[in-house]
Amino acid sequence: MLLQIKNLHAGINGKEILRGVDLEVKKGEVHAIMGPNGTGKSTLASVIAGREVFNVTEGEILYNGKDLQKLSIEDRAREGIFLGFQYPVEIPGVSITNFMRTAVNEVRKFKGLDPLPGGEFLRLMEEKKRLVEITSNLTNRSVNEGFSGGEKKKNEIFQMAMLEPMLAILDETDSGLDIDALRIVANGVNKLRRPDNAFVVITHYQRLLDYIVPDFVHVLFQGKIVKSGGKELALELEEKGYDWIKKEQEA
Amino acid sequence: MHTENKEIITRERLIRLYEKNRSFLAENDTAILAEKRNSAFESFVRLGFPDTSMESWRHTDLDESFMRTYDYDLHPGEEVDVQKVFRCNIPHLDTAVIGLLNGWYVSKDVPLMELGNGIILGSLAEARKKYPQIIEKYYGTAADDATDGFTALNTAFARDGVFIYVPDNVKSPKPVQLINVIHHEENLFLQSRNLIVVGANAKLSLVHCDDSYNHQASFSNIVTEVHLGENGILDHYKLQNLNNNSTLISSVYFKLDAAAHLESHYISLNGGMLRNNIRLLFGGSHGNANIFGLYLMDRKQHVDNQVFVDHAYPDCTSNEMFKGILDEHARAIFNGHVLVRRHATHTDARQTNKNILLTDTARVNSKPFLEIYNDDVKCSHGSTTGQLDTESMFYLRQRGIGEETARMLLMFAFADEIVTKISIPQLRQRIEDMVKKRLQGELQICEQCVLHCSTPEHPMEFNIDLTKI
Repeated sequence: MLLQIKNLHAGINGKEILRGVDLEVKKGEVHAIMGPNGTGKSTLASVIAGREVFNVTEGEILYNGKDLQKLSIEDRAREGIFLGFQYPVEIPGVSITNFMRTAVNEVRKFKGLDPLPGGEFLRLMEEKKRLVEITSNLTNRSVNEGFSGGEKKKNEIFQMAMLEPMLAILDETDSGLDIDALRIVANGVNKLRRPDNAFVVITHYQRLLDYIVPDFVHVLFQGKIVKSGGKELALELEEKGYDWIKKEQEA
Repeated sequence: MHTENKEIITRERLIRLYEKNRSFLAENDTAILAEKRNSAFESFVRLGFPDTSMESWRHTDLDESFMRTYDYDLHPGEEVDVQKVFRCNIPHLDTAVIGLLNGWYVSKDVPLMELGNGIILGSLAEARKKYPQIIEKYYGTAADDATDGFTALNTAFARDGVFIYVPDNVKSPKPVQLINVIHHEENLFLQSRNLIVVGANAKLSLVHCDDSYNHQASFSNIVTEVHLGENGILDHYKLQNLNNNSTLISSVYFKLDAAAHLESHYISLNGGMLRNNIRLLFGGSHGNANIFGLYLMDRKQHVDNQVFVDHAYPDCTSNEMFKGILDEHARAIFNGHVLVRRHATHTDARQTNKNILLTDTARVNSKPFLEIYNDDVKCSHGSTTGQLDTESMFYLRQRGIGEETARMLLMFAFADEIVTKISIPQLRQRIEDMVKKRLQGELQICEQCVLHCSTPEHPMEFNIDLTKI
């Protein structure tokens, strides 16, 4: 079991957002988490990544059997957890090259490996750029600064490709993408799928799941996973809308 | 007696000292210069030292600096081993490195260099004797003896300092490096005076470093006048890396003739009490000035940047950008004052001050200020003070970058906006290196900003690798 979430309660400033989430993700699987706005999808992603503004009040998150809450943000990342941001942060003055070199080498150091030699690092950059069809020389630009929405999301997948995580959580990576960018991002993800890693794809729309075909679909509603199923659940949701879930819950 | 030992600095002490040494101080003055000295002294008697009751000194209290005892020499001390002080070889005199030790020009055997292209470089004391016409034309014409007590005091006592003269139409082939080192066994008070003249269509790059050599306290009152002729270009760097017991009052007066262009960079890396008075006058139309500042302060360090830009002529552009990172109990003051006079149409003036406070105890007082008497102008000002961005921190750490390294990356990125504006590549690398060391708390006060240590036998290499910070 790669990820095991048990009865997770979490919130911000005393306000509870997650109200008992249970989720299990095994290696090789792709899970989609869907649900209406404001039900806690992004909170769940943030809590797994360790964002400090959220407090876990109950329950636990186990990753490879380890209690994630004991790990810092960076140690979770070094253990292989990657969060694709819904809104990637612009960091003027930090070039993508330096950012990635620092990140890759810190992860390597954590694993007891020597820093990647400069030439090898640059080759790796080129290879991974191709994966997400980054043709422009945005690698010497500051992180996300002045990027279009599509460039920012491609850049997230590029970073994921560089870091080769075990568990990637993609938080509404499809939002704000046109159909071409969506295809590129999805292709990137599909090429990175392996038997020993897993993806949790958070999305509001079914559209992305035409490209990244999930093994499981979960519906998060009012801080809980209220429905789980196969990929056909996404189609059913698309057809019936989230009102269907709301009515079911109210009944 | 031209030396006083271990006394505190008071207005009375200096008045007494001046009166006692009046003729000695003026021994090489022409009649005009003697008159300047005298009237500056009268000003000082009237003005005395500034105090916190004055608006521009409201946040900078010098009491602690004044209450220390200092030696004050009115002539150069005994010869010292120059090479030892500068820690590496002083290169041949045809290279453009000049040094001041305790305010006195070093290298007594060749006090004034006259380069083939007409550039004059060396001791101001010597230039007063040798080039009285040039000196009389420029000396004391930009500095404000009438209202600034420190400047008046400097003019009254000025003996030596650096003189740089670039004649019309001459472009200095390499940057001039002026190294100002303080090294004395006792606490030292010093006042040096620099005069820099860049002629019409002339060009100069000047790297001006203030360095300490030990941890002894010092109080420097330094005045620099800079004249830029029509179409003249000056690329100016002021680098300050002084010990925590240093007080530095640095007043630089820029006067720009028509279409002159100034780039000035103030990089303050260390210093107990730093006060930069930067006063710029556009003395003709179509002038252009960029003044950038970066200060990285910690402990109880104090830095006060006062920038006054006088748009007295139309069609001039000025841009000020000062950025600072303050840790522990450090304090920074930024006062920017842009004056746009009635006839100065099409003025374009910008002021920006940005600060990052790393602790609750660090403080900033920022006051960008525009005073505008013309309607047809483009002016803006802005000031921000905040902490390191938490979203950026989370983003970096989520990629596996440790908290300390992430902080370093963000601080360096913040500082880099100023560092990247340095147009001399080796200097930019050197400063980048020093800024990184400073942010990691590893910069030594004796680590000089000079580039001349890079001799063929000992090439100096900077490993600029962000993964190491």
